[in-house]
Amino acid sequence: MPLTEKLISSFLAFELDIDINSPIHSIRTNAIKKFERLGFPNRKLENWKYTSLNRIIKEDYTVFSKKKNVIDFKKVQDYFLDNIETYKIIFVDGYFDPFLSQTSHDGIDICIMSAALTKTKYSKIINKFFNKSANPEDSLTSLNTAFSKEGVYIHIPKNTVLDKPVEIIHFATGNEAALILQPRNLVVVEENSELEIIESHQSLTVNPIFTNSVTEIFALRNSNVDYYKIQNDVITSSLVDNTYVSQKRNSEVKVHTFSFGGKLTRNNLNFYQKDKAINSTMNGVTIIDCDQLVDHHTLVHHANPNCESHQDYKGIYSGKSTGVFNGKIIVDKIAQKTNAFQQNNNILLDNKSTVNSKPQLEIFADDVKCSHGCTIGQLDKDALFYLRARGIPKIDAKALLTYAFANNVLESINIPELKHKIKKIIAKKLGVSLGFDL
Amino acid sequence: MAYTEEELKKELETQEYEYGFVTEIDADTFSKGLSENVVRAISKRKEEPNWMTEWRLTAYRHWKKMKEPNWANVKYAKPDFQEISYYSAPKSKDKYESLDEVDPELLKTFEKLGISVSEQKKLAGVAVDIVVDSVSVATTFRETLSKKGIIFCSISEAIREYPDLVKKYIGSVIPRKDNFYSALNSAVFSDGSFCYIPKGVRCPMELSTYFRINQAGTGQFERTLVIADKGSYVSYLEGCTAPSRDENQLHAAVVELIALDDAEIKYSTVQNWYPGNKNGKGGVYNFVTKRGICHENSKISWTQVETGSAVTWKYPSCILKGDNSIGEFYSIAVTNNYQQADTGTKMIHLGKNTKSTIISKGISAGKSHNSYRGLVQVNPKAENARNFSQCDSLLMGNKCGAHTFPYIEVKNNTAMVEHEASTSKIGEDQIFYCNQRGIDTEKAIALIVNGFSKEVLNKLPMEFAVEAQKLLEISLEGSVG
Repeated sequence: MPLTEKLISSFLAFELDIDINSPIHSIRTNAIKKFERLGFPNRKLENWKYTSLNRIIKEDYTVFSKKKNVIDFKKVQDYFLDNIETYKIIFVDGYFDPFLSQTSHDGIDICIMSAALTKTKYSKIINKFFNKSANPEDSLTSLNTAFSKEGVYIHIPKNTVLDKPVEIIHFATGNEAALILQPRNLVVVEENSELEIIESHQSLTVNPIFTNSVTEIFALRNSNVDYYKIQNDVITSSLVDNTYVSQKRNSEVKVHTFSFGGKLTRNNLNFYQKDKAINSTMNGVTIIDCDQLVDHHTLVHHANPNCESHQDYKGIYSGKSTGVFNGKIIVDKIAQKTNAFQQNNNILLDNKSTVNSKPQLEIFADDVKCSHGCTIGQLDKDALFYLRARGIPKIDAKALLTYAFANNVLESINIPELKHKIKKIIAKKLGVSLGFDL
Repeated sequence: MAYTEEELKKELETQEYEYGFVTEIDADTFSKGLSENVVRAISKRKEEPNWMTEWRLTAYRHWKKMKEPNWANVKYAKPDFQEISYYSAPKSKDKYESLDEVDPELLKTFEKLGISVSEQKKLAGVAVDIVVDSVSVATTFRETLSKKGIIFCSISEAIREYPDLVKKYIGSVIPRKDNFYSALNSAVFSDGSFCYIPKGVRCPMELSTYFRINQAGTGQFERTLVIADKGSYVSYLEGCTAPSRDENQLHAAVVELIALDDAEIKYSTVQNWYPGNKNGKGGVYNFVTKRGICHENSKISWTQVETGSAVTWKYPSCILKGDNSIGEFYSIAVTNNYQQADTGTKMIHLGKNTKSTIISKGISAGKSHNSYRGLVQVNPKAENARNFSQCDSLLMGNKCGAHTFPYIEVKNNTAMVEHEASTSKIGEDQIFYCNQRGIDTEKAIALIVNGFSKEVLNKLPMEFAVEAQKLLEISLEGSVG
């Protein structure tokens, strides 16, 4: 049975499990209707011109894992951050794992969506924010909305600076021959509060995993959110990550995406600036090889005056890998004094690798500074020669230059332990034993 | 006199089209509508051989199956293709030996446009193949050119007299099926220019044609074919003005350039068709397909100044097929009132060591929309391909829009591709700087706009620069000094 039909019929089974009288359920039924109409995106759509989901959706996925699996902490220890205290929200095959997790209800709420959607004490926040920022016209977002049941729920009240970062890991154990995961996350950061999130998806098996994740972030006045996405999954896993960020006055949100793994990774990152003096930052480092594909789609909608956005995406491609960057900046008529910058630099290491880049500007206001730049090139031969002339092996010299190329983005990481971990991943990816802690 | 940007804006909005007038010449017009019979009739009227008629019919059959494209960032009422008359030619069928025999009414038209043919003949060294409503009525400098072996004539004449050349190259760069409008053009093209430069010949003068749309309700379907044989050079100019009309007129031209080994073609356009009045009523629809193919070591350079038309949809492109070939694109697009322009280029790198440069300047005023849409594609075999693109937009007022849609597709790791774009307005500090030095605001704005588009204006041939300045003045009066 094609995946589209299977998902639609699974929805009926899904309804037996949940409270169909809750107000959330009408959102779900509308969303499944939308998905039924739109289906999976194909390459005829402008937004999916360079990325085909065909090889992903042909698998026979199980929509919900049949049983909860338990994993031993020692086996997965490496995937956690070392030497730093964090709140932890851990999912295994789509189910919350209370043994590995460390949640909190102490004034702040760092817990799970299934609780937030069913318990009345959360209903005020859920009614106000749930599905309010996600794009209802997007088919994959609609699919996620239809099956929204589990995920991360974070609510930080006013004037709170979170004492430690929140670590989110989605594990897949390979219980099923192929599994589709659809985490639905909601993050609400109220006035004058600060939050750091580190999120990753990790499959522990070679069975195909397809994750279709939706995250909504609401950053209210003067709030500050740092969101790190580490995409270093195994080569049989694919990920479509839809993130919607809605910002209020004076807030600052940064999303850093580090893509090294996975078969196909698609990031849809959407920023909506709902008030004045907002700062939005998107950074990314992509290092891939073999026949991996990483696709970054960003959208920044400047709807108010005096806002800023900064985008800096670096990509290094080898083997038969493909990189896609599609950045869109919209500046409305009233959004005067907008500063919007977009930068996309790519290095191709092999002649079978491909880069497709489409940095777009749509500008309706005159008093703005908007620019975008895009380059595609190679590692500097002279620099490579310089290093090799000093006795540094070619592979190390290449790795050093690659690291230097990505360094701008790496320097924006505010958690030293995380920076160390990412440097280690890069060294491993490039096949060198350098620490880069120069 | 204090001249502010506000005033400039106001002036821009109220600036009427100066060249809107209708020449009263008896014209021979087909009744409206399009069918196989109309295609046959056009072909017959042009005394075309059979293969050409068949060629047109194949195109027509493809066109019938195609749908109008709607991906461009423009909004307009779709033309009704059965409401258009597909052929219109001045009635007098005689060929003129000299300019004196040309209808004096027509000559006056050119004088109003500031292109006095007689004067140009004497002074400028420009051979003008004037096209009024689809049929060439005056061809000058033929003799001088023919001594060098250069063929410069109307396409219908070329079909009759040089069928081998036309047969070989027509549709070779832009196939009939390429897109909706190229198929339509292939089926019904009425006339256009044909140019062939033989091996190793450097064309001694700038070749130019002026297109005008004259008869109400006639679409103009020009077909231009320029072939530069090995080692030759030609600079070709095309300029357009059209009279004021209330109903929308359709223009769907096809221009094909072929640069064989070591040849160079420079193609410059100044386009100033009726943009519609300040409420966005009327104006020309300009849906043009232009493409050139570069063989080894050859070069094609497109330069365009786009100031007119209600809707423009135009992407002069280069296929860099041969090794070491070069493609260039320089463009200024000015939109005002309700004008919409979606323009840019495609650079397809196929050969080794190919280079391309894209410089695009967009100026939007009033309620207009100006889009740059470009593609740079480096294919797997294009070793050491090099591209530099720059798209700058200047916005005047907050009712207009500037958009950039660059597509960059690279499949070779030796490629170097750079793209940059910026959007800004005329800086107050820039004007202040000029004011401080005793330059009044009007001059300052002129200076800045001029400087903004200088890179492209400089690429225009000398003979054309005056015309370009004139047309820029109409769109941006007071800002070009």
